[in-house]
Amino acid sequence: MAGESYIGACVVRKDALEKVTGAARYAGDLKFARMLHAKLLRSKCAHARLVRVDTSKAEMLPGVKAVVTGRDFPHRMGLYLVDRTPYAVDKVRYYGEPIAGVAAVSPEIAEEALQLIEVEYEELPPVLDLMEAVKPGAPLVHPELHEYEHVPAIFPVPCTNISNHFKIRKGDVEKGFAEADLVVEDTYYCPHIQHSPLETHAAIALYDREGKLTVWASSQSPFAMRKILSHSLKWPMDRIRVIGPYVGGGFGGKAGLNVEATLVPLAIKARNYPIKLVCTREEEFRDTFVRQGMQCRLKTGVKRNGRITAQEFEMYWDGGAYTEYGVNVTRAAGYSSAGVYDIPNMKTDSYCVYTNKPVGGPLRGFGHGENHWAIEQHMDQIAHKLGMDPVEFRMINLQREGSTNATGQVLHNVGIGKCLEEAARLIGWTRVTRPGKVEPGTKKVRAKGIACMTKAPAMPNDAASSAIVKLNDDGTVLLNISAQELGQGAFTVLAQICAEELGVRYEDIRIHPVDTDHGAYEWQTVASRITYSTGRAVMEAARDAKRQLIDHASRYFGVRPEDVDVLAGEVFVKDDPEKRVPVSKLALGATLPDFSGYGGPVVGRGKFIPEGIVAMDAETGQSPKPVANWTYGAQAVEIELDLETGKVEVKKVAAVYDAGRVINPATAAAQVEGGVVQGLSIGLFEEMRFDERGRL
Amino acid sequence: MVHEIRVKVNGEWVEAAVPSHKRLLDFLREDLDLIGAKEGCGGGECGACTVLVNGEPINACLVLAVEADGQEILTVEGLAREDGLDPIQEAFIENAALQCGYCIPGMVMSAKALLLRNPQPARDEVVEAIAGNLCRCTGYARVVDAIMQAAAAGQASKSRGGE
Repeated sequence: MAGESYIGACVVRKDALEKVTGAARYAGDLKFARMLHAKLLRSKCAHARLVRVDTSKAEMLPGVKAVVTGRDFPHRMGLYLVDRTPYAVDKVRYYGEPIAGVAAVSPEIAEEALQLIEVEYEELPPVLDLMEAVKPGAPLVHPELHEYEHVPAIFPVPCTNISNHFKIRKGDVEKGFAEADLVVEDTYYCPHIQHSPLETHAAIALYDREGKLTVWASSQSPFAMRKILSHSLKWPMDRIRVIGPYVGGGFGGKAGLNVEATLVPLAIKARNYPIKLVCTREEEFRDTFVRQGMQCRLKTGVKRNGRITAQEFEMYWDGGAYTEYGVNVTRAAGYSSAGVYDIPNMKTDSYCVYTNKPVGGPLRGFGHGENHWAIEQHMDQIAHKLGMDPVEFRMINLQREGSTNATGQVLHNVGIGKCLEEAARLIGWTRVTRPGKVEPGTKKVRAKGIACMTKAPAMPNDAASSAIVKLNDDGTVLLNISAQELGQGAFTVLAQICAEELGVRYEDIRIHPVDTDHGAYEWQTVASRITYSTGRAVMEAARDAKRQLIDHASRYFGVRPEDVDVLAGEVFVKDDPEKRVPVSKLALGATLPDFSGYGGPVVGRGKFIPEGIVAMDAETGQSPKPVANWTYGAQAVEIELDLETGKVEVKKVAAVYDAGRVINPATAAAQVEGGVVQGLSIGLFEEMRFDERGRL
Repeated sequence: MVHEIRVKVNGEWVEAAVPSHKRLLDFLREDLDLIGAKEGCGGGECGACTVLVNGEPINACLVLAVEADGQEILTVEGLAREDGLDPIQEAFIENAALQCGYCIPGMVMSAKALLLRNPQPARDEVVEAIAGNLCRCTGYARVVDAIMQAAAAGQASKSRGGE
């Protein structure tokens, strides 16, 4: 590809060949000698005291190598709030919570052993209704909440079920509502849903004779997993190694530490045996992270001319039994609670609430999909009440250059206006002020709808990336990064960036599965951050490697460094095309005319941290730069609704995003296509329902 | 109870002793280390374990290994030939018709079964053929494009006197 840029090119995905031939290895495909199989005994009550857990019969079953319960391993773990134990300790908090784990020589024996474990429950009143859970005097899911460690950005309310209360206080809402000609108020609800990756969670843990714990996991977060385990076990990080093969779909559900934690005490007990756990589809639905449900009340004041004067937003999140990750979802929904609109006066309260339901966690764009579900429906309602077209009404209120968002941040380069215009154009939007008309002779209505979005990565202010670019003797390149390939195309775009910056062929770059012992540091593969964060680190590492190559070349050719360049795997003197050598000639150093050596093996190093992010004020949520960046987009649909059956048929979707510079148009478009279909499914079909005993 | 079975897997006869309750999927993955077929649900819902038995697509999680006795099985590992990939595999690569990849072996095998019995399918026939293969990443459009392209490539190679 000499002379052409790799940036913006639809190169073949790095993972394509392995994936179409069945050679790609996922955690569940790994197999080791002496490997044991784990199964978990799960709670049959949503909220109960564990009076007795008797594992003695299970322990005596031939083939069983280890049995553990919560009492064996009462370590609390968590990413943002340390509230979760791998197994229930003395009390169960949701129907499905692990009570005991068994490791045996076969899955069948492990399953048989589970049947031999006796559990005696003393049932407690289950906390299943979200709005009841926040009332004073409600039974507490975690009476010890005030003792739990948490990051500074989280605000638990002791002696309640509220594990985080995020606030926005901007301007003066009372004054804003007083100035309004119309106040619109409504409530909205988002159900629990499940990520449903095709690959269920799988992990293998080995605690070896040297006292080292190795975990192979289907995980978006090998480094974060190591950090959580190290913190909780109080072990130095060099005793914990996490290896991440390909992930068969994550969507947030494989972020942080998940079912892997249940293997740790088993591995410690059955030392020197690798122990494998593969979740069943049923466990995947209920017992891995779910998207928490949300109920909210949204109230907006607006002038006759369509200008919004004030907004009050109260969100209650059904966080489930443990909210170690879920608290951050509620924070994200809070700081983005203005949506794409410029609202001068705002009051937002976002509450994360413990209930006796499955564990809430991150799901794709977490917090934002849910709050926009409310905001965008609300905007349509206001437009209809004002007799305005929904697009026109949105246009009046959109954030633009110099606007402020919910956090008071002054915005620049705001792309939403163009996105909205383009989405409206693509769907063939015509001015709408009334509901759609019934097609003559049918019971069907055709209608168009449009919605806007903004999203900012919800992550610690110091979430960092790094990269190492190592040249092999023959000029091929090992790109050492620890971003995880979840299907989003990370390996492909990072290799493109490396090829472009280093001046080598894309085909000559290799990326290996993540390994915390040998890989460059990466916080987590979440928050839509890899292309710009790891990408920047790769860019810096490739430039560093290129500088070393050029240094070698300048001595080799006897010219100034600025006279040398690298392109398509060749190092050459710019003004003298005869003077050129393949990268391999200089990859390990240069051999000079007198046969002496110079330089040494090329290893480039790069890093990135999104600088300048300032913590939001605890009381007002205000900050000049609360997040790394805001992404904007708009989507429009045309549907046909059957008035008799209620069936919705989606005829057309237009999706427009201000994506910045696209590295690979094919993988970027594929992300949007897949996201649209997943979004349609979530919006139209998906819901997890629980009965009065808290059973899914 | 253990049964002696003889199965032709990817062109080679295999003899094995399998317990009555062993699923074909576990026989392929555990006994033969053919890990291309995946378990997504274990209930015949997702199609990630699709393999061909005598040219017909089946969910290997719903079939017992003993039922495969005397049959001919094709898994994704047996699809590529000495001289290169199957046109379906090539088309999936070219169309970026994969993301996490977990559903892809099953998807590719369903496509193979379709093109074996119907080398020139209409687009809705392709959609029908992969209706039992769930994918949470791609949104399916590129997968259908890829299978249509593979069908077209197969026809082109035939008219040039290939195959």
